[in-house]
Amino acid sequence: MNKHVLHLVLARLVIAVITLVIVSFTVFAATVLLPGDVVEILLGQAATPEAVAGLRAAMHLDDPAIWRFFRWLAGILTGNFGISYANNMPVADLIGPRLLNSLKLAGITTVFSVPIALSLGISAAMWRGSWFDRAVTVLSIGVVSVPEFMVATSAVLVFAVYLKWLPALSFANEIHSFGQMLRVYAMPVITLSFVISAQMIRMTRAAVIETLNTPYVEMALLKGASRARLVLRHALPNALGPIVNAVALSLSYLLGGVIIVETIFNYPGVAKLMVDAVSTRDLPLIQTCAMLFCMVYLLLITTADIIAIVSNPRLK
Amino acid sequence: MANLVEIRDLKVEATSDAGRVIEIIHGVSLDVAEGEIVALIGESGSGKTTIALSLMGYARTGCRISGGRVMFAGRDMTQLSEREKAAIRGTDVSYVPQSAAAAFNPAQTIMDQVIEITRIHDLMPRPEAERRALELFRALNLPNPGTIGRRYPHQVSGGQLQRLSAAMALIADPKLVIFDEPTTALDVTTQIEVLRAFKSVMKKGGMAGIYVSHDLAVVAQIADRIVVLKGGEILEVGTTQQVLDAPRHPYTRELLSAFEPKHYASPARPEMTARKPPLLDVLGITAGYGPVQADGLPLMRALKSVSFRLEEGRNLGVIGESGCGKSTLARVIAGILPQAKGDIIFDGRQMARSAAGRQKEELRKLQMVFQFADTALNPAKSIEDILARPLAFYHGMNRRQREARVCDLLDMVRLPRTVRHRRAAELSGGQKQRVNLARALAAEPRLILCDEITSALDTVVAAAILDLLKELQRELGLSYMFISHDLSTVQAICDEVIVMYNGEKVEEMATGLRQAPTHPYSRLLFSSVPKLDPRWLDSLELDPELVSAFARR
Repeated sequence: MNKHVLHLVLARLVIAVITLVIVSFTVFAATVLLPGDVVEILLGQAATPEAVAGLRAAMHLDDPAIWRFFRWLAGILTGNFGISYANNMPVADLIGPRLLNSLKLAGITTVFSVPIALSLGISAAMWRGSWFDRAVTVLSIGVVSVPEFMVATSAVLVFAVYLKWLPALSFANEIHSFGQMLRVYAMPVITLSFVISAQMIRMTRAAVIETLNTPYVEMALLKGASRARLVLRHALPNALGPIVNAVALSLSYLLGGVIIVETIFNYPGVAKLMVDAVSTRDLPLIQTCAMLFCMVYLLLITTADIIAIVSNPRLK
Repeated sequence: MANLVEIRDLKVEATSDAGRVIEIIHGVSLDVAEGEIVALIGESGSGKTTIALSLMGYARTGCRISGGRVMFAGRDMTQLSEREKAAIRGTDVSYVPQSAAAAFNPAQTIMDQVIEITRIHDLMPRPEAERRALELFRALNLPNPGTIGRRYPHQVSGGQLQRLSAAMALIADPKLVIFDEPTTALDVTTQIEVLRAFKSVMKKGGMAGIYVSHDLAVVAQIADRIVVLKGGEILEVGTTQQVLDAPRHPYTRELLSAFEPKHYASPARPEMTARKPPLLDVLGITAGYGPVQADGLPLMRALKSVSFRLEEGRNLGVIGESGCGKSTLARVIAGILPQAKGDIIFDGRQMARSAAGRQKEELRKLQMVFQFADTALNPAKSIEDILARPLAFYHGMNRRQREARVCDLLDMVRLPRTVRHRRAAELSGGQKQRVNLARALAAEPRLILCDEITSALDTVVAAAILDLLKELQRELGLSYMFISHDLSTVQAICDEVIVMYNGEKVEEMATGLRQAPTHPYSRLLFSSVPKLDPRWLDSLELDPELVSAFARR
């Protein structure tokens, strides 16, 4: 890697950090603007004016918003995410185990769907126009057109209610064997994979076909190269940038997807926690969850960009 | 013995986007003997590349070999399976592409691609293949043959890539090499080097070749026989000498006549013009791209202190190779790229640096016509809309006046009035360029900047455009600044020529007087233009010092 590439990568990382600061401000501003007053909800029936005022002062809610923002930002930087309003536990302790569960779900989905999606996309491009290509295209367009809550509820209806093969709800802490794990994860993973794979298949196919139409691939064909060699040696390395970007975008969609899927299957992940936090106006928890999602998103996109920069032969 | 190649009654069909099937090659038959070089010549759309590719059993996407036989070394390429064809490609027949820059994979080193044929067909161990490649690099006169293979395609020049693509085609000692316009994208001074290298390697190896080109003079240097094609049919076949000296078909004669030197004399004008101030006076222009440095000049200077003047009613040619700054010069005069230093005085007035700072009347008198009519005409608008816009903008015409004027303009550029309802995509390249010109004329300018306006056109079409420009000049008293890389085009229309090299004006001369160029670079440039004489390349002696100083290898 030469100096120029290093410079580009560093510039990209600086942009990521700047974006993160802007995002944190937006997250904070958005949660402050949420309707409803925490103090009144917390105190419930006991919300006398004196009690409200006292609690407000104790929670620093009377300080200017910008002060609270900086205090919150400083807290995050030092690993202190605040105390949950709802049950007085440190936010970090609440999120910790849930995050592990969500990462497990996302990780299994990634390991399951990325190889399948990429190989389907590449082989569809290789045999462009064949019945296989058409089947893949029709299926992926069909899947991408159906929203995930529809896929999830249909899956519950078919596999849990009628066929009774799988449990309708996923309790990740009940796993004691590999078989159980399969049964618990099958439906959420399949639902999420459906949603993110379609996008990856389409984008991979398009990127590979675009490079297959270039003069250098025609040249390789006229050198006598086989179809596999054309795709794997000539087209794929040059399509890597767009493919990695498509994968990153699809994986970032997992973040939105888990909110719906975790809720439907009652899976104990961060997204479920966040949805519950919204209904109890638990601001520190919502803020931390939102920041977490944004950071993962940013991490994926930045990684994709850096891979695209490093794999660009013109920068070697 | 039988010929190496025997094509009999070849027919190729193409399916249009609308799904219509059209025959684009109508029963072509031709032979190539062992060790013979045959040229396929014709304009774009004549089917020359399609025929050449059929020799590899290949038809581009949307095309299909629909009839006839393509016999190569006794086997019919149209009957072989994909696997059998792949086995022949690269080893027995190989291909040198038109644009080597696009035909190299940007992600692999040059050596990997040059020896790829030996890897695919498992012909020899890698070290031996690399040794062969090195020999070819030397034979093709490439600089730094020992290390060039380790570089990536974007790190070497266009002329080098073109020679490297020949090395790629020759690595497995093929019996037949197909050259598809291999020098069209190159500058003339580079073209000579590449042609010489091709010729000597082919002669030494005793290989047969198919040389596809639209340029008769280039073909005359390398081919034994010439096949003239038009619209997917063979019009004439003969030895090179025969076709050049005694062409039988009128179309061949038309092609040849495009090469006759035409020297231009501008219409007779009163002697007083000399005393009038010049129409355009360019004084010490420096311009470029990139961040501005401490001295107020841009980092990359495309023009360095260029000055010239153009008298009313006369034409100025600007020639030079790619990257010499000739297009930048037009962009500066038009105000698209503001200059960093220097002045432009047009029609007696100092022009603002940027077009945004110029008055409407100043803009009207100075119009520009771009090289690619395809990209210069809005594809979503009808020709009438395109031509009506300057009429409304500069002359404030109402609807009825505009309609009448659009018809006048189409008459002027010799297009039928019915094209006004069509869109640019429905017109041919020559027609589009005429519309492009009509748009400039709509403003009723004094000076038109023509930036390579005939470069993308076929010879015969380009000649017709030049004739049109001359007629318009007689009728309307225009002046042209004509930018081109092609000396003969400039000679056909200009009174004076300036030669540019590396952002500087190196020479200024009149075309009519047959005056010899004095600057060494112009001498090299002028002597590098191929002549129709088949002995020209072999007898040409260029000063090697001159070549190494100026030619971009």
